[in-house]
Amino acid sequence: MAHIDLAQMDAGQSGKVITMHGGRGMTAKLEALGIRPGVVITKVSGQIMRGPVIVRVGNTQIAIGFGMARRVIVEI
Amino acid sequence: MKKILLMGNPNVGKSVIFSRLTGVSVIASNYPGTTVEFSKGSIGSGEKKTEVIDVPGTYSLDPTSPAEKVAVEMLNKAIKDKDSIVVNVIDATNLERNLNLALRLMKKKIPVIIALNLWDEAKHIGISIDVAKLQEILGITVIPTVAITGEGIKELVSRIGEAKQGAYEYENEERWHEIGNIIEKIQIIRHKHHTFAERLSDLTVHPWTGIPIAVGVMYVVFTIIRFIGEGLIGYVFEPIFENLWLPVMMAFSRVLGGQGIIHNILIGQLIEGEIDFGQSFGLLTTGLFVPIAAVLPYIIAFYLVLSFLEDSGYLPRLAVLLDKLMHSVGLHGMAIVPMMLGLGCNVPGALGTRVLETKRERFIAATLMAIAIPCMAQIAMIFGLIGKYGARGLFPVFGTLFIVWFVFGILMNLVIKGESPEIFTEIPPYRLPYFGALLKKVWMRIKWFLKEAIPFVLLGVFIVNLLYSLGIIKFLGRIAAPIITKLMGLPFEAVGVLIIGFLRKDLAVGMLVPLGLSLKQLIIASVVLTMYFPCVATFAILLKELGILDMIKAAVIMVVSAFLVGALLNLIL
Repeated sequence: MAHIDLAQMDAGQSGKVITMHGGRGMTAKLEALGIRPGVVITKVSGQIMRGPVIVRVGNTQIAIGFGMARRVIVEI
Repeated sequence: MKKILLMGNPNVGKSVIFSRLTGVSVIASNYPGTTVEFSKGSIGSGEKKTEVIDVPGTYSLDPTSPAEKVAVEMLNKAIKDKDSIVVNVIDATNLERNLNLALRLMKKKIPVIIALNLWDEAKHIGISIDVAKLQEILGITVIPTVAITGEGIKELVSRIGEAKQGAYEYENEERWHEIGNIIEKIQIIRHKHHTFAERLSDLTVHPWTGIPIAVGVMYVVFTIIRFIGEGLIGYVFEPIFENLWLPVMMAFSRVLGGQGIIHNILIGQLIEGEIDFGQSFGLLTTGLFVPIAAVLPYIIAFYLVLSFLEDSGYLPRLAVLLDKLMHSVGLHGMAIVPMMLGLGCNVPGALGTRVLETKRERFIAATLMAIAIPCMAQIAMIFGLIGKYGARGLFPVFGTLFIVWFVFGILMNLVIKGESPEIFTEIPPYRLPYFGALLKKVWMRIKWFLKEAIPFVLLGVFIVNLLYSLGIIKFLGRIAAPIITKLMGLPFEAVGVLIIGFLRKDLAVGMLVPLGLSLKQLIIASVVLTMYFPCVATFAILLKELGILDMIKAAVIMVVSAFLVGALLNLIL
């Protein structure tokens, strides 16, 4: 069971969200779209050169900026 | 009940329901004091007439963006006025995330009815929902709808009176847990097909396949825009002005005696005894011709295509692909909207900066767009002028403009204080847009554009007219002349061209033809003409969007950079 961030995940890999490092504003934003501790998240793809990361939660696909993606920690 | 608030997450088909409910008298406007846009219409007539408001999409009631803040303010006002109900539009394919907002609404003192939309899509991907049970749990009416086909809309309208305050009791901290419990009771997920739309979605966001696809899409998009824009100008708007309006204005000109202050303000200068809609500069001639016959056709074409890209779901994917590039200039992927609009016409491009959330982003986007993005009419003229030299002529022009966009963007990002927010956006599945809603949206945007832009364009034309009459523009030209001739190596006549460029850049490019310039001079003139200042219509809108102080800053950046780049090109070419 390793803990890594969203940016480090491989495309196609799934993991369980453990924690989000960030202010209230950031966590509220993530939570509103369904990303919160305990949910299973799947990485769809990342862009080249530290572009946004695309993930899937339930039936929702979400694009997250690289910096923000680094602060979402998952267990794989 | 006086008002119906349509509330829901973004991308749940709220606007399609809005379009189904309302008639033709719909308007889009900005919420007071913000750049957030919302639409308003009405249902029924006479005594029973009810206002329908398409509230900006929101994921929760704790605002994390200006749009969400407006949504919450609208809700709070409605609760205070006690005259409204909420139609909560829910995406059946994303029940958990959507129930979050629904449960939050339950706690508010306002009647709610739920439209469970995208019912067909949910069935298609193997999700079935027990509507009766959901109704029972929440204690409010739930009506399955398929807004795109109109299914369930009639029922929604006839049962809208059933709206009442929700009865579901819960602790706010336990909300996600409660939602999980509800979903366990009412939702069954069966086998899930991997649909064609999903495969297409993966291809269009993956960098190696997405970027070539984006290039292809952009090519098709601009071909369509040119086709529609030029068609409307050539076959509709110009003939109307030349055949119907011109005789009226000529008669009016004769009545006014062909000269004098009033004549010069309303009709403008006669060119060889005739009114020239491009150059006369009267309020009733050029002042009307520019926004209506030169700008409006491209606005119609661009809004049509932009709305299609938006409603189909391609726009957020394009934003993701371009996010990295935009980040280096202090913007994020959604800044593609004003940049793309600017390529059609800088006027809607300037208005389009409103999709960006911070003042800093709006300033950078507006300045970059005005400085380095030529409008469609100007691009066409540059192709006409330099196209015969092929890539040898075109590449230096557009390559330089791209470098200017990039370099000045990086500089502004470094110099202007503040951070550039990161992209964080839902990527909705691809959907075939509902044509009725699409046309309604385009119609609202055009009305909005006319209301927002025309008074300012008229003002701009009036100011230029005044500056001309007072000889100020000629004076500025004399000051700039040595720079233009010595540093940029252009003939003295180019000064006059730059002056015309303030009015209409495309005409100005055309005026370079008789000057017999070398290729090098043509390249320099085309680049400088794009950069040195926005045209009068764009200038007027920028002034309004940015305010005087920021507009002056932007203008200084433009003038100085145009001279720098012009001189630099003269040295290295």
